[in-house]
Amino acid sequence: MATVLVDGQEVELAAGERLNGIQAAARVGADVPHYCWHPGLTVVASCRMCLVETGRRDPATGEITMLPKLVPGCQTPATDGTVFVTKSEKITAARAMVEEDLLIRHPIDCPICDKAGECSLQDYHFEHGREERRADLKPFTSRRRELGDTVTLFVDRCVMCTRCVRFSREISGDAELMVVNRGAHEEIDVFPGFPLDNKMSGNVVDLCPVGALGDRDFLYKQRVWFMKSHDNVCAGCSTGCSIKVEENQDKVYRLKPRENPHVNQWWMCDEGRYGWKHVHDPSRVTLPRRVGKDGFENVEWSTLSGELDAKLSASKRIAAVLSPHLTVEEAYQLAKYVRGIDEQALLVLGPIPTEGQDETFPNGFTIRAEKCPNRRGVEEVIVGLAKALVTWDDFLGRLSDEAFDAVWVTGGYKSNWHDESVAQKLSSVPLLIVQDSFASPLWDAATYQLPSATFAERDGSYVNHADRLQSFKWAVRPPAGVTTEGQLYWRLLKSPGLYNSRAVLDELTRELLYFSAAAGGNGDCGIDLKSNRLA
Amino acid sequence: MAEFEPVLLANIHKDDSHTLRAYESFGGYAGLKKVLGSMSANDVKELVKGSGLRGRGGAGFPTGLKWTFLPKDHPGPIYFCLNADESEPGTFNNRILMEEDPHQVIEGLIISCFATAASTAYFYMRYEYPLAWKRVQAAVDECYAAGYLGKNILGSGYSLDIFLHRGAAAYICGEETGLIESLEGRRAWPRIKPPFPAVEGAFRKPTVVNNVETAACVKQIVDRGADWFRSIGVQPDPNNPRDPGSFGPKLYCLSGHVEKPGCYEAPLGITVNELIDNYGGGVWKGRKAKAAIPGGISMGLLTADEFDCPLDFAGPGKHGCLGLGTAAVVVVDETVPMVDFLHNSCQFFAHESCGQCTPCREGTSWALKMMNRIKGGKGRLKDLDLLLEIGDNIGIIPGTTICGLADGAAWPMKNAIRKFRGEFEEYIKRTNPDGYMETHPVPVLEIIGAH
Ligand SMILES: Cc1cc2nc3c(=O)[nH]c(=O)nc-3n(C[C@H](O)[C@H](O)[C@H](O)COP(=O)(O)O)c2cc1C
Ligand code: SF4
Ligand code: SF4
Ligand code: SF4
Ligand code: FES
Repeated sequence: MATVLVDGQEVELAAGERLNGIQAAARVGADVPHYCWHPGLTVVASCRMCLVETGRRDPATGEITMLPKLVPGCQTPATDGTVFVTKSEKITAARAMVEEDLLIRHPIDCPICDKAGECSLQDYHFEHGREERRADLKPFTSRRRELGDTVTLFVDRCVMCTRCVRFSREISGDAELMVVNRGAHEEIDVFPGFPLDNKMSGNVVDLCPVGALGDRDFLYKQRVWFMKSHDNVCAGCSTGCSIKVEENQDKVYRLKPRENPHVNQWWMCDEGRYGWKHVHDPSRVTLPRRVGKDGFENVEWSTLSGELDAKLSASKRIAAVLSPHLTVEEAYQLAKYVRGIDEQALLVLGPIPTEGQDETFPNGFTIRAEKCPNRRGVEEVIVGLAKALVTWDDFLGRLSDEAFDAVWVTGGYKSNWHDESVAQKLSSVPLLIVQDSFASPLWDAATYQLPSATFAERDGSYVNHADRLQSFKWAVRPPAGVTTEGQLYWRLLKSPGLYNSRAVLDELTRELLYFSAAAGGNGDCGIDLKSNRLA
Repeated sequence: MAEFEPVLLANIHKDDSHTLRAYESFGGYAGLKKVLGSMSANDVKELVKGSGLRGRGGAGFPTGLKWTFLPKDHPGPIYFCLNADESEPGTFNNRILMEEDPHQVIEGLIISCFATAASTAYFYMRYEYPLAWKRVQAAVDECYAAGYLGKNILGSGYSLDIFLHRGAAAYICGEETGLIESLEGRRAWPRIKPPFPAVEGAFRKPTVVNNVETAACVKQIVDRGADWFRSIGVQPDPNNPRDPGSFGPKLYCLSGHVEKPGCYEAPLGITVNELIDNYGGGVWKGRKAKAAIPGGISMGLLTADEFDCPLDFAGPGKHGCLGLGTAAVVVVDETVPMVDFLHNSCQFFAHESCGQCTPCREGTSWALKMMNRIKGGKGRLKDLDLLLEIGDNIGIIPGTTICGLADGAAWPMKNAIRKFRGEFEEYIKRTNPDGYMETHPVPVLEIIGAH
């Protein structure tokens, strides 16, 4: 086994493990500052912020021989006998030099910079920079230009780490970004007529260690220190990227990718990143209503579950349409509930929205054509309970010769997901419960209209295209008037207290073999449900 | 000292020296015929190794040793890059060889390629060398026509193509990995090493990069033998086991304030004084010298008192210079203010820094801005310390940059200020009597319109 010595502490490397100096140092809790290095990009070792001292320890004598010069930690591999020193006078001086250099021409406009508060240049300056400015230059130019529809470049804030350029070459692959000019005149730019325009463009903003790249969607909307960050999973497609929902007082301001080596590495696509606007769409439906004598009338949630329960219990033949936007916990609860009334209740998989083809980028990141987060999870709930999968189209087909006393339809789609003809087919159902976030033909045809939650408001788990289950908690509270699906079903099932998605998942792992791998927690990166099947 | 009989420059003044006909009449391509007819690649490698030839491109790396770094029994392709980007200020020896005796270079190149099993050579030529371009291209064409290039050269079974590639007009294109990047069609941003080019170079294949003069020396070694080569120059220092010696003739580019500037061939180890007096006709206009660049501006500065410095690979280093570099000696006479010298040097490096590494990009730029201000009469004594601090901390030697350009930028700063500090201080005090003691940042003055 390889042993590396970092600041006098031994770090054991696992077989085949390849770490650089920055990563090895992190193992002993030593933070090596860096700009250009990013674990998802090639190493260029150009910013020189990560300079450390290195040497070798003789395995026989234990004697350590150090190199006289500094080396970039990002470029120096940790192998058996490698010695790293991350704290020394020389290193302190080198870091101060790089920080001083980077601030010579920097506009230092933190008060009006979106990155302030999460900026490496700021943070490192406080930690490693000099107390006084020695450079004899007025750095006060602050130019900006749009690189494309999503990203603005604040030219003079750039520290030339080239992360954005490498991303556009190595990850998104369109190579729109480049460096123009030479030396201290260098700038990031795009070629005239070829803007930054790819489906992953927003990632460069996350990658930028400073405020040089601004997300045009987020720009000047919120100071980062006011926001709280919540782990979540993108509902945009069946890839199911791990994300963070960042909000302040129940208003979402941005989504960011969250590192998950099994799913999205460090990235997410623009569609997912900017695909949260429906959460705060003013046209969202927020009041539960039922058909009364003179059309729709409002219902109180406090009486609603009792009323629904009574009416459903009086129904013989029930069908429940489970949307692929539901979490597995929600789908399972609703299925369990209707099957508790009608043992043979038909469980239908809601329509699976698809768009185009799967799109794979050079590094393997894939945006999937299937535009919902949880087909696999809902499918398995249905198959697990009903042993047969009934699709939406099957269901619509069966409607002509099969009569249902009650149909519960869940939606949660971002845009129109059915047309008038669907509403017509279901219009003769005596009890039609439609749970959705936007009005639609079905919504209008419903006997009960139940406003539903969006992804940022749900608790539960999705199972992505590759059978990875990821759990998350709500990030914002739903608008007044909306009760989340999970909470409503919990109440209908007469479970005690507040909806507890973990408790539902635990039950699921006991009841349905497919979910058994998720028993006992599933970590930040989720769990591969196939792992049990292999065993 | 007896006048040295030129070898590399033996034919440059002869009629039509750049043509194949003339070159063959001086015995050209006999060496190639000998190599292809009776030697193995390994024989040539050993011969060059045994000659002690060190690269003429600036770093003085032993050529034969470099060739042995190529992976053994590589299935190919192996590439050979001839570095003709020659842009070190003061340097023009490659140019003279290419313009006046291109076949000597090409013969050396073919032999070097044979020795390294390269079947493709890229002749990377400085953009600003139009005549050299024309002559080398014509010479390559002649070689194809005569069967010295192309498939199955002279029936030996060995094939080689040479592609002449026009450089991207930047100093950094001469740095070997910058050259490779540029050759591949990208910005000449030097690569991080390892991997070294010998393992992974052009188009990610093993690659040798050698200088034009190095190739010419290879041809002479094949013609005259390793012993001949070792009989010229300076033996290794017996007290330094790591000194491989400085053998062979060298093309010294002498310019600046001398009566007869030019490219002169002399044995390695000639002193600056000898070069100026025996070849350059002395300092011009009967003036006194003040300093000299020993080998291109990157190497730093020798004071006139240090002109007994032998110009071999080890000599300039003993006087605090970076090394022999390209052996381009630029003489500075007593009338030149060192402030002007350093300003010029800073201007060059700030302009040529490729901009990848923070310490080089910002250090060279800041240094120039300070020199602008000093020159403009707003200097402060503190600036000298700041300049020295930059000089002491940028480069591959302290470990803060990717390539040696930064070391080259640092040396003139360090040498000029340390060796002429009194003059700098006097200038600053005289031109900025009210402010020379100031230590706080002052707004820059764009007094000199430096880029
Ligand atoms: C900034 C910089 C510029 C250089 N320019 C040249 C050049 O113009 N020509 C050259 O032959 N070598 C140049 N070199 C040296 C090359 O990197 C390389 O060492 C050389 O071409 C190897 O050839 P040699 O072994 O024959 O000396 C330069 C190095 C640096 C750091
Ligand atoms: S990039 Fe960082 S240091 Fe620069 S203005 Fe923005 S927050 Fe401040
Ligand atoms: S814009 Fe940001 S990511 Fe791109 S090179 Fe500049 S600092 Fe780095
Ligand atoms: S040292 Fe200077 S020239 Fe060399 S790679 Fe770094 S920035 Fe470019
Ligand atoms: S992080 Fe290592 S040099 Fe930039």
